[in-house]
Amino acid sequence: MNLTLRIWRQKDSNAKGQMVDYKVTDISEHMSFLEMMDVLNEQLVNSGEEPVAFDHDCREGICGMCSLYINGEAHGPDRGVTTCQLHMRMFKDGDTITIEPWRAAAFPVIKDLIVDRMAFERIQHAGGYISVNTSGNTQDANSLPISKIAADEAMDAATCIGCGACVATCKNSSAMLFVGAKVSQYALLPQGQVEAAERVKNMVAQMDLEGFGNCTNTGACEVECPKGISLDNIARMNRELMKAALK
Amino acid sequence: MALDSKIPKGPLKDKWTDYKNHINLVNPANKRNIDIIVVGTGLAGGSASATLAELGYNVKAFAYQDSPRRAHSIAAQGGINAAKNYQGDGDSNYRLFYDTVKGGDYRSREANVYRLAEVSGNIIDQCVAQGVPFARDYGGLLDNRSFGGVLVSRTFYAKGQTGQQLLLGAYSAMNRQIARGKIEMFNRHEMLDVVKIDGKARGIIARNLITGEIERHSAHAVVIATGGYGNVYFLSTNAMGSNATAAWKIHKKGAYFANPCYTQIHPTCIPRSGDYQSKLTLMSESLRNDGRIWVPAKLEDAKAIQQGKLKPTEIAEADRDYYLERRYPAFGNLVPRDVASRAAKERCDAGYGVNATGEAVYLDFASAIERYGKEQAKIHNIANPSAEKIYELGQAIVEAKYGNLFQMYEKIVDQNPYKTPMMIYPATHYTMGGVWVDYNLMTTVEGLYCIGEANFSDHGANRLGASALMQGLADGYFVLPYTIGDYLSHDIRTGKIPTDTPEFDAVEKEVKDRIDFFINNKGTKSVDYFHKKLGKVMWDKVGMSRNAQGLTEAMAEIKAIREEFWKEVKVPGNANELNPELEKAGRVADFLELGELFAKDALNRAESCGGHFREESVELDGEQEGEAKRDDVNYAYVAAWEYKGEPADAVLHKEELEFKDIELKQRSYK
Repeated sequence: MNLTLRIWRQKDSNAKGQMVDYKVTDISEHMSFLEMMDVLNEQLVNSGEEPVAFDHDCREGICGMCSLYINGEAHGPDRGVTTCQLHMRMFKDGDTITIEPWRAAAFPVIKDLIVDRMAFERIQHAGGYISVNTSGNTQDANSLPISKIAADEAMDAATCIGCGACVATCKNSSAMLFVGAKVSQYALLPQGQVEAAERVKNMVAQMDLEGFGNCTNTGACEVECPKGISLDNIARMNRELMKAALK
Repeated sequence: MALDSKIPKGPLKDKWTDYKNHINLVNPANKRNIDIIVVGTGLAGGSASATLAELGYNVKAFAYQDSPRRAHSIAAQGGINAAKNYQGDGDSNYRLFYDTVKGGDYRSREANVYRLAEVSGNIIDQCVAQGVPFARDYGGLLDNRSFGGVLVSRTFYAKGQTGQQLLLGAYSAMNRQIARGKIEMFNRHEMLDVVKIDGKARGIIARNLITGEIERHSAHAVVIATGGYGNVYFLSTNAMGSNATAAWKIHKKGAYFANPCYTQIHPTCIPRSGDYQSKLTLMSESLRNDGRIWVPAKLEDAKAIQQGKLKPTEIAEADRDYYLERRYPAFGNLVPRDVASRAAKERCDAGYGVNATGEAVYLDFASAIERYGKEQAKIHNIANPSAEKIYELGQAIVEAKYGNLFQMYEKIVDQNPYKTPMMIYPATHYTMGGVWVDYNLMTTVEGLYCIGEANFSDHGANRLGASALMQGLADGYFVLPYTIGDYLSHDIRTGKIPTDTPEFDAVEKEVKDRIDFFINNKGTKSVDYFHKKLGKVMWDKVGMSRNAQGLTEAMAEIKAIREEFWKEVKVPGNANELNPELEKAGRVADFLELGELFAKDALNRAESCGGHFREESVELDGEQEGEAKRDDVNYAYVAAWEYKGEPADAVLHKEELEFKDIELKQRSYK
């Protein structure tokens, strides 16, 4: 395949960015999207230009590091995948592909296609944990039975990889799917219930402080989430917050 | 310097308890005056950071990613072992210890492995308390499954995302300490060297990857937890950024590097599809619980499949060769990884491979789907179910167990593995070699520790499945926090370590000079060009099977690539900005040295053991004919290499391995 890539280039967080066009040739349909970016970068290095900076690491869809807004969609046209799992078979010879960084005020651009997602981390520092000593003197794991349904639901919420696609695709740049998933994991389990009210209040307060918008139930986040995190988690977070307020 | 493993005296089962009872402790008020640097925040570094901070030390944690949650521990799929014996199938600390030493082909240290088995149960308790959503049965109790190389079900799991959940658990424990201010987190920072003062590790030089600023950080002790060096092969199952720099830099500053040639070749990876490929993707070993591995029994069928003229589903049962079940009836598809990998390569080398390149075997779920389907039909009282119904019911069970893995496979290969068998082939995965450490997890440099995959101690020549996560968390949560306290008890009057000293000046200059070299070198070739070239030599001559001639050639070839690298490498951009090419250049420079030491170590070890198959060392007759032949008379030692400049000049130190509680005998999985 021969393709035209229209890519956002921005030297650093203070610089003004712009779209730049590049051509790549001989792209195999079996390549992943990021391998196609590797081809472009190899070409740029060889011609003495600076390669395009983009975030990536595990390249198997689990670390949540890769991002990219591709042709107006978070993680591109395929469903249920991260950009590293997106394959070039989703594109056609001669296509022009537009590649941009995540778009949200709370995710400032660091360089080219790389954004700063530290806001997510600060929300987790605000309460994303159970206050248990890491000493190994806890009770036997089977002394606290947990229903399979609750454990499975908690697992579904905990599957969130923190990639930020939900924020990037939301017209309000809301982080509620991410925060909802984090709150839900703990809300569904018996451990850590004593601090549940404090947890949800602190995490939501931090989310607001970071400048994320509100949820208007459009559901775009759920559609673009590579891990299929459901909107139920937002509802559960709201219920938890309500419960906490009434305490 | 002679190696002292500092293994405590006394019976194996009492060593760790006695040790803990007799070490020096640091009083809580004094812990507040002690700083510890932890480099790497995956399972080992993350759990260590959280626990050390919990104890009261000031922790400075470093990660090259934007968050500890991205560490490659997150990609581990199958599970974590613990000798809980919840299943009542005969498990015990001793049996976990025994399986691990045997699985590692009797090349690990008994005392360390026993301690690992001993704390394994605690890990599960700890993680459950942190809210890790392990799989449960309908009674609400924890579920288990089995893994290669064992005959009990001791593997705890969270779907196919166990590593992710355990890492998020460790990160949540870190979050709590970050919130309290006990962990100072340095994201997007890379350690580029260690600083020693009076022979002790007292700090590091790190680069802020966003601004390019070179920073000095001091501490009373430094912990390296930066994972393995599998990317020396270029293609591996490691994350793209996984690198050996921290481990290699401390090696150059005096830490011995042990058994570099022990790399695990994992049997169930998605095969390579072309030269552009950037990495390999693993399919969890847990799939071998239900998947049956086969190739066509007839060569003409294999050829037809390779040419695309025949489909696997068109080959009759009688014309399939389930070679693991044939060769190893006791363990079948659940033989350890090294045995499964070698057997796959043997069939593919003989021409029976099943994809266009001839480098793939089938992992088939058809019989599992049918078996589960029939069972479900019985449970749901469906009389005379149709084949379609059985298939539907069975598929649902397989999907519940391995759904995310099947989805991942389909996305990459574009084939539905419920309908057609998966194709798999061995690939470089986990490194069992690493920085040499004593029983305290201290390297040969005082005050410098190394934990998790980055050290060498627990897995011998081959790591059994579901034991990497166990070691990472054991070291971080339960071992290092004790052993480092004993060392730091001598440091309570030291006070803050200053960074404006000649030692920091000198190391910072080394680091800056190297960066300046890369930026100013007027070369013509990209960093990846050299990395791929190195990877090819490593795979062809230092890969799954090796011989003396190939290894000698490899050493010379790697040296030549290294020389070319220093002349011809081209790094665009500047030093004082985010510059991924510059980051890669430093890492590949280190791989180019490590690769040569790797080959040298492999050449020295003229025996087959674990995933290290030495062509000159094969069983010629008897029951084990054709299997790898270990040589306990000459090689029952840890090879610890001392840096002397060029990798070829490294000096070998031997730690003789003593087996007092396990009889050294030939491994058999038949």
